[in-house]
Amino acid sequence: MSCYASRFRGERHVFRDLRDVLAKASPRRSGDELAGLAAESDAQRVAARSVLADLPLTRFLEEPLVPYEADEVTRLIFDTHDATAFAPLRHLTVGGFRDWLLSYEATEQRLAALAPGLMPEMVAAVSKLLRNQDLISIGSRCRVITAFRSTVGLKGRLSTRLQPNHPTDDLRGIAAATLDGLLYGAGDAVIGINPATDNMPNCIALLEMLDGLRERHDIPTQTCVLTHVTNAIGIMERGAPVDLVFQSIAGTEAANAGFGVSLAILREAHEAALSLRRGTVGNNVMYFETGQGAALSADAHHGLDQQTVETRAYAVARAFAPLLVNTVVGFIGPEYLYDGKQIIRAGLEDHCCAKLLGVPMGVDVCYTNHAEADQDDMDTLMTLLAVAGTSFIITVPGSDDVMLNYQSGSFHDALYLRSVLGLRAAPEFEAWLERMDMKDRHGRIRDLAPQHPAMRRLLMSGN
Amino acid sequence: MAAEPPAQDPWRGLRRSTPARIGLGRTGDALPMAAVLDLQLAHARARDAVHAPLVVAAISAELDGLPLCAVRSLAADRGVYLRRPDLGRRLDPADLALLPHGSWDAVFVIADGLSATAAQRHAASVLRAVLAKLPGWQVAPVVIATQGRVALGDEIGGALGATLCAVLIGERPGLSAADSLGIYLTYAPRLGRRDSERNCISNIHPGDGLSYEVAAAKLAWLMTEARHRRLTGVALKDDVPALEGPHQPVIG
Repeated sequence: MSCYASRFRGERHVFRDLRDVLAKASPRRSGDELAGLAAESDAQRVAARSVLADLPLTRFLEEPLVPYEADEVTRLIFDTHDATAFAPLRHLTVGGFRDWLLSYEATEQRLAALAPGLMPEMVAAVSKLLRNQDLISIGSRCRVITAFRSTVGLKGRLSTRLQPNHPTDDLRGIAAATLDGLLYGAGDAVIGINPATDNMPNCIALLEMLDGLRERHDIPTQTCVLTHVTNAIGIMERGAPVDLVFQSIAGTEAANAGFGVSLAILREAHEAALSLRRGTVGNNVMYFETGQGAALSADAHHGLDQQTVETRAYAVARAFAPLLVNTVVGFIGPEYLYDGKQIIRAGLEDHCCAKLLGVPMGVDVCYTNHAEADQDDMDTLMTLLAVAGTSFIITVPGSDDVMLNYQSGSFHDALYLRSVLGLRAAPEFEAWLERMDMKDRHGRIRDLAPQHPAMRRLLMSGN
Repeated sequence: MAAEPPAQDPWRGLRRSTPARIGLGRTGDALPMAAVLDLQLAHARARDAVHAPLVVAAISAELDGLPLCAVRSLAADRGVYLRRPDLGRRLDPADLALLPHGSWDAVFVIADGLSATAAQRHAASVLRAVLAKLPGWQVAPVVIATQGRVALGDEIGGALGATLCAVLIGERPGLSAADSLGIYLTYAPRLGRRDSERNCISNIHPGDGLSYEVAAAKLAWLMTEARHRRLTGVALKDDVPALEGPHQPVIG
């Protein structure tokens, strides 16, 4: 590894290695400060960006940031890198890549063709040179389309995960929250429960309840109980109705080991879920969550800043052609993202970087009560993300997740975003809403009276 | 599942089955005014709990007569505490001399954690209830720790030479309860103990949570078993869940 020095506007700055340049070029955030990796001054941060801007993109192909021998995620990244797709960019520096991404040359088709040629580290590097508006502009040009019973990621669409969590997994309580969300037109990305207890009979009971509800109302969406991937394998062996297999993932082998997973386990689960052939319009069967800070909290970040190591998680995700991926951006806590400003920036980075890599990224626009953030910050972030073309957001009743104890998006938030930006639900789900007479002549979700047939149909099944 | 048509408020029956904010209604795309203010109030209470200081004098008054000492972590203030969990786990070296080394069976540490409100309201009552269930135990002076995280108890317990350390600490406030107390029990406390080596009792608060009496009974049972079996953590989970698990409370 070489040392990187710069004379930038009369000041000399020296950086230990490529990881140091990336970390110090990152916008300020508490997780990098906690790890002792952050820039020591704002001027040093800009100097690191100037070093980064002049660096050839090929440097990332020559210098693995986490050793190839020691880490299967590095091996995955290098072994699957598509040199032909990368060829048009080969001559560029990171700064040149930034300019190209913002040029009119960077069309939806060209970006899609480029994705297999991009390494996560290249994408993380360029994101550090991008302002928030650049992250939005580039994110909005990327189109990643996936499908199972509904199609996610089409232009002009914004999907939602309906997250009907309950502190004790009460089936009736979960059904009630699910029906509440459906009446707002939520749930076209997935109806997904975080179970309060991970034991298999409990997860199977939840899956059967959701699947019954979905079948009874013929809803073109998919359901998921977000239990550990090894549980999902066991549940599939028992013949329970698994649409999507969920797993939290991170950007290094060691961090994934902290989650109790490896690429081999993910491969096994992926194959098992594919073999069920439950999809109707597509067969993307995986659902992943990621989030800046996950690797550091497992002490498995290999000296990488949290945004770069997060971007490596997207290489893991794309190897399994997922239907959905979302960053849990504000959930991991203020020791990683301190306040609204840091959460907003990280949400835009995660979305843009994932989309550049061809990953169907949505965002859990959220915060915890010990972060310096509130509903106003979330309004800002969700609006920016909807402009940037996020595949989906997570929605819970009234923003209050009563099981995980944090605030996420609400069903109302999705209505607001679709209204102000003219966005629509997934086409198959939209057709269902019309069949159920839940849309008015302006295409809005009706505010149904208690005696409306659609309300009665749905609620009677829950009562 | 009754098949009657829903009544005027179709959500009334369903609300009994979940604390989630279902059936809130709408004005246009937005939440009704009352629902917005309800959420703002719950969030404000949670934030106030995160930022409230622990009033040591008030707790010591409640524990009238019990010997106690007050210590600080290395986190100088709330801002540092929230950004640097590592500093909240280490004792300010200036306070080390306050801890009398001895052959203590147990030490109880009351720490603010992420909700000083919880520690302030409930810790003394739980502590009195559990002490009544542990006759004959050599109990060290109660340690009241500010800007403290769970693992601060490891250094405190180690310095005292205590066999067991029970940390009574404010849990991260949720919207439904901003004053929930957790207790973390560690056998042979010393620097570097892992979370999987502790047992946890969480969600202690009158109302919807665990009552003082039930929490004290669980803690006394755990302490007795831990002393007898010379361990805490995942191996001691017959009756009470260990800290390690998919849904441990987020507390640091």
